Amino acid sequence: MNSRHGGRLQDARGRAGTHAEQTEEVSSPNAPVQGMALERELVEAPDREFTVAARSQWSMVSRRFLRHKLAMISFFVFVAVVLLAFVGGSLWHYNYQGFTNDYSVAPSLKHPFGTDSSSHDMFAQVLRGTQRSLEIALFVALVSTAIGTAYGAIAGYFRGVSDSIMMRIVDLFLTFPVIAVAAILGDQLGPKANGWLWIAIVLAALTWPYVSRVVRGVTLSIREKEYIEAARALGATNRRIIARHVVPNVIGPVIVTVTILVATAILAETALSFIGFGVKAPDTSLGLLVFDGQTAVETRPWLFYFPGFFIIVIALSINFIGDGLRDALDPTQTRVRA
Amino acid sequence: MTASTGVSTSRNNSDGRSNDDALLLVDNLSVGFPTEDGVVHAVRGVSYTLRPREVLGIVGESGSGKSVTSMAVMGLLPKSAQVSGSVRFRNDELLGLSESALAKFRGEHLAMIFQDPMSSLNPVYTVGWQIAEALRAHHDMSKDAAMTRAVELLTTVGIPRAKERANNYPHEFSGGMRQRAVIAIAMANDPDVIIADEPTTALDVTVQAQVLDTLTTARHETGAAMVLITHDLGVVAGQADRVLVMYAGKPVEIGSVDDIFYTPRMPYTLGLLGSLPRLDAGDAERLTPIVGSPPSLINLPPGCPFAPRCPIRQPICDVEEPELRPTTSATHVAACHFSEQLEGKSPADLFQTSVADDVLPEDAGESEQQDRVVRGEETAEQVPGGGQS
Amino acid sequence: MLAYAIRRLLISIPIIIISTFIVFLLVTYSGDPLANLRVKQPIPPPQVFAKYRHQFRLDQPVLERYWHWITGVVHGDFGPSVEGGGTLNIGHELGHRLIVSARLVVAAMVIAAILAVVVGVVSAMKQYSIPDYAFTFTGFLFLSMPLFWFAVLLKEGAIWLNRNAGTSLATIGDSSPTVGAGTWAHFTDAVNHLVLPTIALAMTSYAAWSRFNRASMLEVLSSDYIRLARAKGLSRRRVLVRHALRTALIPFVTVTALDMAAILGATIITERVFQWRGMGTFLLDGITNLDVYVVLAWLLVAALVVIIFNLIADLLYGVLDPRIRYE
Ligand SMILES: Nc1ncnc2c1ncn2[C@@H]1O[C@H](COP(=O)(O)OP(=O)(O)OP(=O)(O)O)[C@@H](O)[C@H]1O
Ligand code: SF4
Ligand SMILES: [Mg+2]
Repeated sequence: MNSRHGGRLQDARGRAGTHAEQTEEVSSPNAPVQGMALERELVEAPDREFTVAARSQWSMVSRRFLRHKLAMISFFVFVAVVLLAFVGGSLWHYNYQGFTNDYSVAPSLKHPFGTDSSSHDMFAQVLRGTQRSLEIALFVALVSTAIGTAYGAIAGYFRGVSDSIMMRIVDLFLTFPVIAVAAILGDQLGPKANGWLWIAIVLAALTWPYVSRVVRGVTLSIREKEYIEAARALGATNRRIIARHVVPNVIGPVIVTVTILVATAILAETALSFIGFGVKAPDTSLGLLVFDGQTAVETRPWLFYFPGFFIIVIALSINFIGDGLRDALDPTQTRVRA
Repeated sequence: MTASTGVSTSRNNSDGRSNDDALLLVDNLSVGFPTEDGVVHAVRGVSYTLRPREVLGIVGESGSGKSVTSMAVMGLLPKSAQVSGSVRFRNDELLGLSESALAKFRGEHLAMIFQDPMSSLNPVYTVGWQIAEALRAHHDMSKDAAMTRAVELLTTVGIPRAKERANNYPHEFSGGMRQRAVIAIAMANDPDVIIADEPTTALDVTVQAQVLDTLTTARHETGAAMVLITHDLGVVAGQADRVLVMYAGKPVEIGSVDDIFYTPRMPYTLGLLGSLPRLDAGDAERLTPIVGSPPSLINLPPGCPFAPRCPIRQPICDVEEPELRPTTSATHVAACHFSEQLEGKSPADLFQTSVADDVLPEDAGESEQQDRVVRGEETAEQVPGGGQS
Repeated sequence: MLAYAIRRLLISIPIIIISTFIVFLLVTYSGDPLANLRVKQPIPPPQVFAKYRHQFRLDQPVLERYWHWITGVVHGDFGPSVEGGGTLNIGHELGHRLIVSARLVVAAMVIAAILAVVVGVVSAMKQYSIPDYAFTFTGFLFLSMPLFWFAVLLKEGAIWLNRNAGTSLATIGDSSPTVGAGTWAHFTDAVNHLVLPTIALAMTSYAAWSRFNRASMLEVLSSDYIRLARAKGLSRRRVLVRHALRTALIPFVTVTALDMAAILGATIITERVFQWRGMGTFLLDGITNLDVYVVLAWLLVAALVVIIFNLIADLLYGVLDPRIRYE
C-alpha cells in the first residue's frame, strides 16, 4: 500500500467541515424559506424532530450529489466496470484460463486487449482480474467499515478509560505498515484454497483501525452537541441516543470512508499481488497481471497498460464518487458558480 | 440632535442629506452572491453618508445584510461576490480598488470590529504582537516601540496589567477581553471611521456594557466616526446619532434617533420598536412581536419585501417596491407606500400584542431577539452619557 | 516540554514491548521457518534439522524465545538468519540497509511536503481557477494510480530516454557496483540512483498531502482572523504567509507523521520495482526465505520509526500551536 492511507482517512473526518468556500451565513436557518418551514415543524412536532430534519437533510444531500457532474459520471463508470467484470466476463467468448492459439498478438477485434505469450486472451484475463480485485476491495471495505464503525462509535460514545484503552489498541495497529504485515500473512495464506478471501480478511483486519479513528472523532464531536445533552437531560437511554442521534450523523462520514476504503483496498490488494504475496496463480488479479506485464512494456505494451488502466479507472471513479459525497454531505458548502 | 440636519444645496444622497463634507459616502451599494440555487441578493442598494465623529446605527434582523454591507465597504467580501454601486472615503472611490491599494485605507482610515471576538484573533500570536503588527503596517516604527504602544492601547481599552497581558495568547483571554483587544487593534492607527459589527452580540450580558463603554472610549480617543451595527435598538438609543433600519438587504428607514424612535414611518421600524420593552411604560404596554420571517434573498418577489408580514399592506404593496421618500423632514426618509398612515400610531395599534412567555410558535427567532433587546435596554442604561435627548 | 518528551518516550516503551510481542507471535505462528529445508532434495539428515531447530530456538517455549530475542536486540544481537547458511549478521545488514532506505524516504518526504505545500496554497488561493482544477485532477489521478505501476512506467520511460536521448539515468539498484573512487563520484552516483525512486515514492504522498493542505488553507483563509488581519491593512503577502500559512501548516505536521507507516509500506514496493538493496527488499526476502528474525528486525525498526516520528510531530505541534500545553 502507500502513503495515501492515513492521510486520506484522516481527511474524511477533517474535511467534512473544511470545504470552506462560503461563509457560515449561507446556512443561516433564516436565509432559505425552507429553513423556516423546518423550524416550524420542529416546534409543532417535537417528537418527529429527527425524522423531519433527517429526511430533508438526505433529500438535500442526494440533490447535491446528483448535481455533482464528475461524481455522477464516475458513478456510471464504476457501475459499468462492475457489470463488465461480473457479467461481461462470463459472456465473453474466451475463458481467462483458455488458450487461443494466438501468441502475443496486439489488440484486435478478436482480442481487444491482445494476448500474452501463452496465448491467453487479455480481455478475459483483465475482466477476471477486475472481478477478483473488486471482490476483495468490496469485502475489505464492508467488513472493515462495519468493525471500525462499531468500535469507533463505542469508544467515542463512552469516552473515559474504555476509550483510552480501545484507542491505544488502534494506535498499536497503526504502527505497522499494512502492506508489510499483509505480506507476512499473505505469504502463508495466499496459496491456500480461497486465497483471495484470506487476503481480503487480512486486509480488513488491518484497515478497520483507520475507520474506527474517523468514527470515534465524529462521535466525540456529536456527543458534545447540545441536542444530545438535551436528550440525555430528558432521560433518553444510551441506546436511543445512539440509534437516533449518533448513527444518523455518523453515516455521512462513514459512507465517505467506505469509498476511500474501496480505493485503498484495490490499491493494497494489487500492490500485494504485484510483490508476490497476494493473489497467486492460477487465480489472477489486476496486480498480478501488471506484474506479469511489466517486462513487456516495450514489446507488448498491452499486457502492462490494460490492467493498469483498469486499476486507475476503478480507483479514480471511486475517489470522485467519494469526493462528490463529501461535498454533498457538507452542510456549510454552497459551491459558487465560477 | 446633531449638526447633520442642515438643508442641502448640492447633490443629495438618498438618505436626504448633502454629500458635502461627508467622510464616508455609500451610494447604491449592492452585493450579490452567486450560489447553486441562484444569486443571493444580500444587499440591494444601500446608501448612507457618515460625517466626521458621527455615529450611525444600523439595525435589522439577522440576515438583513448588515455585515455584508460593512464587509463591502472594507473590501473584505469573497472574490465571488458581485458588488456594485459606490463607496467613497473622502474623495477616493474604494470599490474596485486592488487588495494592495485597499490595504492603505484599511486600519489607517477605516477600521473594523467583528461580530465574534472568539475567532477574530489569530490563535498562534500573542495579543500584543497582533496589535503591534497593526501599528507597524502603517507606521515606520521599531518592534519595541510598537510593542510599547500596544501595551498603552491595551491599558486604554481597560485590560489590567496590560504589560504582562500583552504577552498572552488569545486563548488566555476571556471573550470580553478579546473584544477589547480587537478594539485596541481598531484604534491603533487613529482611524477616521470605525465599523463595529455587532461588537457585543457574542458576549455575556454582564460584559456587554463594559465593551460598549470601551467602544465609546475608543471613539473619543481617536475622534473617529462610527458605524455601529446591532440587532438591538437599546444599544442604538444609547450610542447613535442617526439610525438606518435595514430589511431584506435594503434600508427601509433612515433618520435621526429621535425620528426613528418617536416618529417612525415604516411598519417594520414600528414592529422593531414594539418588540422593545419600555421601562417607562411598565407592565401596561405589552410586547408586539413581528410575526413571520424575512423573505428569501434569492428570487425576491416584486413589491415591498415586508408585505407578507405587514399589517397595513394594500394591493399595490405586492406590485411595486416603495422607494425611500422624505417623511417628517428631508433627512428622515422611509420606504413605504403608506408611511403617512403611521402618524401617531403605536406598535400595539399595528401588531398583535403578546407577552414574552406566550410567544406564538412561529416567532422563535423574534423571541430571541426580544431577549437581546431586553439586555440592550439594560446596557444602555449603564452606559455613561448613553441617554438620548 | 522536556519533561513531556521524556514521559512520552517512557510511555512508548511498553507500547514497543507489546507491539513487538504481538509481532513475535504473529511471525512465529505464521509459518514454519524450516519449511524450505523440508522440501530440499535430497532431504537433509535429521541432525541438520536439529541444529537449525536449536539455532532458531524452536526447542524453547514461545515466551522464552521472545525474551531471548528482545534481550538480544537490546545488546545488538538480532538473532540468527537462514541467509548464507546462518552466517549473516542481521544487525550489521540492517544498519547498512537502513541508511540506503533512509536516503530514499527522507528525499521523497521532503520533496512531497514542499510540493504539497506549494500546490495546496496555490489551489486554495486560486480556488476554482484552471490551475486549481488541474492540480485537483492530477492529485486525484496520483491518489488512484498504483505506485508499482507508476514506478514501472517511470523505469521504462527512463530506459527509453537513456537509449534515445542519451541520458544515463540509473534505473536499477541503489548504487553502481563499479563506481570510480572519490566521495564526489559516490555522491553523484547515489543521487542518480535516487532520482526515479524518489519521484515514485514522493508522488503518492504528495497527492494526499496537497489535497489536505488545500482544504486546511481554504478553511483558514475563510476564518475570522484572516479577515481581521486584512482589515488591519496588512499586505496580501503578509496575510498569506504570516497568518494563513503559519496556522494552516500546523495540522500538516500531524498528517505527515500519521502517514509514516504507509510511507514505509510504499518504500517496500518502490525498492522492489527499482531493485534496491534496502529495508523493503530485506523484508520481502526475509518473508520468502522464512527468515523469522529478519522479519522481526524489520518490524521492530518500522515500529520504532513510526513511534519516534509521531513523538516528534507531537512535540512540534506543541511548539507551533500555543494552545497546546504540555504539563
Ligand atoms: N458568501 C456568501 N454567499 C452567499 N450568501 C451570503 C454570503 N454571505 C452572506 N450571505 C447572505 O447574505 C445575507 C445577509 O447576510 P449578513 O451576514 O449581512 O446578515 P446580518 O444582517 O449581518 O445578520 P446577522 O445579524 O445574523 O449578523 C444572508 O442571507 C446570507 O445568507
Ligand atoms: S409598502 Fe406596503 S407592505 Fe411595505 S411596509 Fe408599506 S404598507 Fe407595508
Ligand atoms: Mg452580521
